[in-house]
Amino acid sequence: MPDKTVEKVATATGEPIPAVATDAGPAATGKPRSLWSDAWHDLRRNPLFLVSAVLIVFLLVMAIWPSLFTSASPRDVENLARDFRQPPQWGHVFGRDWLGFDGQGRSIYARIVYGARASITVGVGVTVCVTILGTIVGMIAGYFGGWIDTLLSRMTDIFLGIPFLLGALVVLNTFEKRSVWVVILALAFLGWTQIARVARGAVITIKQADYVVAAKALGASTTRILMRHILPNALAPIIVVATIALGGYIAAEATLSFLGIGLTEPTVSWGGDVSTGRELLRIAPHVLIIPSVMVSITVLSFLMFGDAVRNALDPKLR
Amino acid sequence: MGRYVARRLLQMIPVFIGSTFIIFFMMYALPGDPVRAMMGDQAYDPAVVASIKKDLGLDQPIIQQYVTYMGNLVQGDFGTQIASGRPIADIIADAFPVTIRLTIFAFTFVSLVGIGLGIVAGLKPDTLRDRGLLTLTLFLVSMPSFVLGFLLQYLLAFQWKVTDPTVTDSENWGQLMLPAIVLASLSLAYVARLTRTSIAENLRSDYMRTAVAKGLPRRRIIGVHLMRNSLIPVVTFLGIEVGNLMTGAIVTEGIFNVRGIGVEIYEALSRREGATVVGIASLMVLIYLAASLIVDLLYAVLDPRIRYA
Amino acid sequence: MRGAKSAKWVAIATAVALGATACGGSDGDSGNKGTKGGKPEGYVSIDVGEPQKPLIPADTNESNGSYVIQSLFTQLLDFDGDGNIVYTNAESVESADSKTWTVKLNKGWKFHNGEDVTAKSYVDAWNWYANIKNNQQNSFWFQDIKGYDDVHPEKGDPKAETMSGLKIVDDHTFTIELKYTMPYFNYKLGYTTWAPLPKVFYDDPKAFGQKPVGNGPYTFEKWDHKKLIQVKANPDYKGPNKAANKGVQFKAYTTLEAAYKDVVSGNLDMIRQVGPTDLPKYKQDLGDGAIEQPYAAIQTLTPAFYSKTFKDIDPKVLQGLSMAIDRDTITKTVLNNTRTPAKSFTPPGVKGNQDLDTDVFTYNPEKAKKLIEEGGGVPGNKFTVQYNTDGGHKEWVTAVCESIRKNTGVECVGDPKPDFATDLEARDNDQVKGMYRGGWVADYPVNANFMKELYHTTAEANNGRFSNKEIDALMNEADKAKSLDESVKAFQEVEKKLVEHMPAIPLWYYRINGGHGKNVDNVNVDFHGDLEVWAVTTK
Repeated sequence: MPDKTVEKVATATGEPIPAVATDAGPAATGKPRSLWSDAWHDLRRNPLFLVSAVLIVFLLVMAIWPSLFTSASPRDVENLARDFRQPPQWGHVFGRDWLGFDGQGRSIYARIVYGARASITVGVGVTVCVTILGTIVGMIAGYFGGWIDTLLSRMTDIFLGIPFLLGALVVLNTFEKRSVWVVILALAFLGWTQIARVARGAVITIKQADYVVAAKALGASTTRILMRHILPNALAPIIVVATIALGGYIAAEATLSFLGIGLTEPTVSWGGDVSTGRELLRIAPHVLIIPSVMVSITVLSFLMFGDAVRNALDPKLR
Repeated sequence: MGRYVARRLLQMIPVFIGSTFIIFFMMYALPGDPVRAMMGDQAYDPAVVASIKKDLGLDQPIIQQYVTYMGNLVQGDFGTQIASGRPIADIIADAFPVTIRLTIFAFTFVSLVGIGLGIVAGLKPDTLRDRGLLTLTLFLVSMPSFVLGFLLQYLLAFQWKVTDPTVTDSENWGQLMLPAIVLASLSLAYVARLTRTSIAENLRSDYMRTAVAKGLPRRRIIGVHLMRNSLIPVVTFLGIEVGNLMTGAIVTEGIFNVRGIGVEIYEALSRREGATVVGIASLMVLIYLAASLIVDLLYAVLDPRIRYA
Repeated sequence: MRGAKSAKWVAIATAVALGATACGGSDGDSGNKGTKGGKPEGYVSIDVGEPQKPLIPADTNESNGSYVIQSLFTQLLDFDGDGNIVYTNAESVESADSKTWTVKLNKGWKFHNGEDVTAKSYVDAWNWYANIKNNQQNSFWFQDIKGYDDVHPEKGDPKAETMSGLKIVDDHTFTIELKYTMPYFNYKLGYTTWAPLPKVFYDDPKAFGQKPVGNGPYTFEKWDHKKLIQVKANPDYKGPNKAANKGVQFKAYTTLEAAYKDVVSGNLDMIRQVGPTDLPKYKQDLGDGAIEQPYAAIQTLTPAFYSKTFKDIDPKVLQGLSMAIDRDTITKTVLNNTRTPAKSFTPPGVKGNQDLDTDVFTYNPEKAKKLIEEGGGVPGNKFTVQYNTDGGHKEWVTAVCESIRKNTGVECVGDPKPDFATDLEARDNDQVKGMYRGGWVADYPVNANFMKELYHTTAEANNGRFSNKEIDALMNEADKAKSLDESVKAFQEVEKKLVEHMPAIPLWYYRINGGHGKNVDNVNVDFHGDLEVWAVTTK
């Protein structure tokens, strides 16, 4: 689950994490480069990054423009009696019957293609929401300190104390119709804490840096200091955590849909298809296994991507 | 140290109250009436529903219900289930040991195999076996537990017929093996990666170079110097994982039909047995809080630089 | 929702006879299998899960609890496979005017603790069940009795402790006076709710619910929560449904698959329903042990007549929608042959079931389209079907919707509710947006049960709020009939009228797909799909 990734970075005491961004000075080559261009230089030569980037682009195109991949509809039943649970026709690549049919006589290939949108929207959506919310809370807590920090930190603790899956079960149950947006908001509601902790840690370190002290002495406004000096420098560790978490959120959506409390009809979702297919594991395993594998491939792509980004942005790991 | 523990314990109180209230409140906000639900889809009498709700105090405002509930909870009374009339403590006592067993099983697996693999890879970073291990863990991480669960179920139970597809006796250690492995896989991958990174990093540190230069035996260098320093983050992670493993059990128990708290909580949710859900959730929150305290204390033991005042 | 047990009385005679020989034939090896799975010798086992509520007859309406209650308690009468009354604890239940009923009890019946079963055991129990203070779920079953409103007012405390309609004549005779005439009232008495209670019950109802004392064919032995309930044959039982085995174990399984596996391997004797995974091959696995039989239950699509879509809808449109559903293919594929396509509003096995002379239930896409057009179409050309996702309904709702969408172009989408609780709440509060999945299992095997309780304007379970003065009048008239036969006939006329108004679209009747292992025999199914455990014999 998404929670896990942070724990690697943050300690249980909520101690500040070494803000990785601060020791990103000029690279060893002698030519002064920013952290970002340095990272980019690194990424371009990382095969892990290249493979995952290609996969992700592929998935994105599928999510945005599914009809490019298949003319079949994920809902239409052409002939229930004929297609019912028919196994894949591996020879008919990209055909309607390529990956076989499900227990309703619908094309699994079409459902895979159309399911990409839900998965990716949720993954990206939650990551964006969590990053924004977590960064705001973390920055405020870290920068102002004092009672504001205590209050926000305790609030973070409360949300961390609720087991993620349990929380999601209860929150999502309150909604009858669960569109992509409901799932995004629910996961963001429970998941913002990790970024908040990372951001808070980073901000605490940065606020003692000379350039921040200088800006303050020059009479810069709080907003300006936060936006111009602190945020850009705290961004690297936040992005590291966020990209890795993205894969986790996609897995989380699939798991929740599998449990029957994720996306609801008529949204096509891989997790939901796995859950409808679970009774067919013995008689028609392809109905369940194909969407399962698809979830894994997608999560894997984003995880590899996140891994590559972290390696590039976190010099300590090099 | 004593004062630190006392302060931490005090800090836990608002966290406990806050998180249980959120869960309590959300249960309250759920659509669907537990008393009505128990009547089924044939004819029923609204007067009986109202009367039962009144007797159970379900017609009172939420804050009052929460206060009453917490008051009883503090005295060790978890309340009774609406439909069965059984004490919730009994239900928890039936289900908890099963989940704890599953969690211990998975936790042992995570610790032994995860750290083992991490050490194997970390000692020789960037070799073939290191790369192989990293790839393997990446695959494990990218498989949500239901995917891995079904895959193993399909292969082991249906294709090769070496195990039963589901658990028939939740108190049988042998049958819990497969669910425990599935539950463990994700954490295992993280632990292996974390251990590997930590060891690889410490291998390059100054104190290691010094130890080697001093001519200390390799066994001692690795066993004492390297391990002690490298395992600190791993221990932290493991501590937090206990709580995650317990909730992760909700999915795993569902796939393999283990009758633990996961199944119980899922059932209680769909029947709107609020008190059962909140009771189990409170216990989980407590375990999580206790685990994070223990981890912090362990931290001090492992890392001499940290002293809690 | 589950009710009275019935018995296939013809089958019993043969059952007992066969059982005797079967037992005799296998005496030789019964010793070594006696203790298998911790089961005492001569006991039979069946997969019945944890009852939802304590074991009190009037507080149980789900099938797990009903199974156990039925083994422990016997009420006045019962039914055979054709829906005819068979007296059990009663010698007779008769009425001259369908309003006042006289009950004569069989003498010599005892509760398991030795107490005599008398008229008082019944009257006191019914008064207790009906009292609002006792919060009994099935209390409304007593609403036809005079004085019910005094012990069970809609609001406030009861005005009386007893119903004035119940009068004890002597130890073994009592009379029931109803508020109105009801020719089939005696049929209602077959429901488990009408069971008597011993005096010990009133000392501590709560403890009784965990360890009940009944008057039925079995006595209670133990309840290991969520694992097992065990009952022992009652040697002194006087009723016709006397246990043919030495006892029963009701075993809880977490999945149908696990239970099925145990049946195949011999660890479990009977399974009530084979899971979808095993359906394709259970007939081969179980051979003669496979059970496939329809029972008195129906599934429908019920329009909410207050919703925007179906308010003032022309019944022709509903007839059209009905004809657009390919019931045959869907039952064969998506539903794994667990249902039989419906041909009327009442399932087979209930009195008065008839084949309606209409093609409204036959798949015919062209005519479907035509009818919908003639009727002015579905407003917005779109409707929803509400169902609960925790009951295995998603598959068939999707299939039905796709069938309608494909054949008529009317957009049909599922409206899933996360669980039964939410689904029911929406129905109760008139918040269904289009149709909902309706279902009904017979409480008593008379066609009135499938019409009066569902489509009368004042019926509690009429969640579609179908209301038609003509139909109401016909039903009220049918209730006033002098005899049951006349009443059944009158309801058959009502059913013919229903086709013109379409208060619901009948989809299919339920079928039980169960089975039993090689160690037992004589496994029969009653009218609402329950296996008759008492008749089962061990080999």
